[in-house]
Amino acid sequence: MSTVLIVKDLWVKYFTSSGVINAVSGVSFSLSRGEMLAVVGESGSGKSTLGYALLNMVPKPGRIVKGEILLDGVNILKLSEEELRKIRGSKISIVFQDPFTTLDPLRKIRDQFMEFLMEHGIDKNNALKIAREYIEAVGLTERVLDSYPHQLSGGQKQRVSIAMAISLNPSVVVADEPTTALDVVVQKQIMDLISDIKRRYSSSFILITHDLALALERADSVMVMYGGYVMEMANKNELAKNMAHPYTKALFESLPRIKQRTLPKYLTGYPPDLRNPPPGCIFHPRCPFASEKCRIMKPELVEISKGHFVACHFAR
Amino acid sequence: MVMDFEIGLFGRKRRIRAVDNVSLGIGRGEIYGLVGESGSGKSTIGRITLRLYKPTSGKVFFDGRDITNLSENRLRELRRKMQLIPQDPYSAINPAQTIGEALAEPLIVHEKMSRLEALEKAYKALEEVGLVPPDEFIKRRPYELSGGQLQRVVIARAMLLGPSYVVADEPTSNLDASIRASIIKLLLDFKNRYNLSMLFITHDIALISLIANRIGVLYLGQLVEEGPAEKVVSSPLHPYTKALLTATPLASEELEIEKIYLKGEIGDPSNPPKGCRLHPRCPFALEKCRSLEPPTINVGGNRFVKCWLYS
Repeated sequence: MSTVLIVKDLWVKYFTSSGVINAVSGVSFSLSRGEMLAVVGESGSGKSTLGYALLNMVPKPGRIVKGEILLDGVNILKLSEEELRKIRGSKISIVFQDPFTTLDPLRKIRDQFMEFLMEHGIDKNNALKIAREYIEAVGLTERVLDSYPHQLSGGQKQRVSIAMAISLNPSVVVADEPTTALDVVVQKQIMDLISDIKRRYSSSFILITHDLALALERADSVMVMYGGYVMEMANKNELAKNMAHPYTKALFESLPRIKQRTLPKYLTGYPPDLRNPPPGCIFHPRCPFASEKCRIMKPELVEISKGHFVACHFAR
Repeated sequence: MVMDFEIGLFGRKRRIRAVDNVSLGIGRGEIYGLVGESGSGKSTIGRITLRLYKPTSGKVFFDGRDITNLSENRLRELRRKMQLIPQDPYSAINPAQTIGEALAEPLIVHEKMSRLEALEKAYKALEEVGLVPPDEFIKRRPYELSGGQLQRVVIARAMLLGPSYVVADEPTSNLDASIRASIIKLLLDFKNRYNLSMLFITHDIALISLIANRIGVLYLGQLVEEGPAEKVVSSPLHPYTKALLTATPLASEELEIEKIYLKGEIGDPSNPPKGCRLHPRCPFALEKCRSLEPPTINVGGNRFVKCWLYS
């Protein structure tokens, strides 16, 4: 199984006037060809910042301060802005929650799509052909090419974003909460489309989401983040069976279960202040099992079984 | 009730019937869960029940009294009994106020309390919603609080005047999943304590099934199914209800329901499909569904469904 992406010890900070925000702290993982990794986290987890970092487009005042991101063997953090512009969209692309981040409201779909392709060196004739091919591949008709974004529904806009994101056959597609703004029935349609594309083109996906249920349903592997750190990482089935980290368990237990007829459990407390994070384990202030050790010593990410990593002093 | 909006910026106006002949009743101490996706009209209904909008036609009765055509002056007194808890806490509280000021304001304005008295009540209110110690929060501004903390403030403020009816419009959708249940629990505690009636608006059918007495499912401005919460969820009748449950991760495996998949999308509320509004997407669409709007059928057990399959 070939590896398309390796992230080593990534640290991202935002240098704001009110302090330095430690958004991503020491994240490492790898992604194989045709694999979908779900990055699961809530407010302040660092998951979206991680997504931007993978395209080396962390917005100011943020900066990647440490680490390597090897895309098809090339460290993208060492590339020039011009080289980065070439690979964004062609080697690694991104689909956002809000399609208007990708789509220009003032231009027809055909024009935007073709311009995007031509900017990457495709000639005009081929650009039209490719645009047609991928609009069809995402289940839309050619009529969409003649439309403006506001004439399309939320689901259609998102399909267009996906079509553009895969049209140059990138190795990795980052999907940042791609279905959160859509209604639940359309969410399912879009996720089915993504699964289909993954199969057909062997594209690797990084699915950034707050929804653990969605991650367990769709991804091959899951990485749970909290306060910028990785709490737990494992293959989907292994995680579902042997959830080890208290935060992962809490996330799972907060999902409403219709058959239970009782309210789901919840965590007390609030997400950490990333300018002034708690000492020891970042999760300890909210952890039902926190001990003295947790307050003092940061737990390392330890492999408790093959491919299953947990950052917790008591996970075994 | 019927609610028509006329919209249109440059030139031609379109009429959108956001709410089409919806009737619902909520008893004292009852939680009615109104489930629908965006564009279903659910928020509009919530606001109509609070008379924040005046319906185009139909009536709104509160505590046995017809409030449909009351003037703003008359409504003001009633407004203390009816409160709204909206989705985004940061838009609900004036960002220029401190938490203490936000809580004291309704008491000073409506109950004519002195500032000192009102602040004292504000302290108590913060304790009631678990924001302790109150000193830590009273001087802060909204942006300094997390979403969950601020929603507690919104709830505290809503409860200050002792309402008998509360509309909670997606109160937890903007909050982290790991704390949603704590906010729901808070609402339930208040509901039990004060015997509140509640209209709980949401797109999350799984969550609402755990707390509502009754559920109404809304599609493109129409109530397509209504009944006791447990029944609607465990034995859904309308294809749309089934599709919602099928599409909710985990739910479809938990329940033994027929899995239904809808094609396409919700469509344009200003130009809804003729006949049954779901027909272009419905796997069971009959010929008559395309041209005739189905009636609301009483299937017994206090359950209603708007679908030709049940006639």
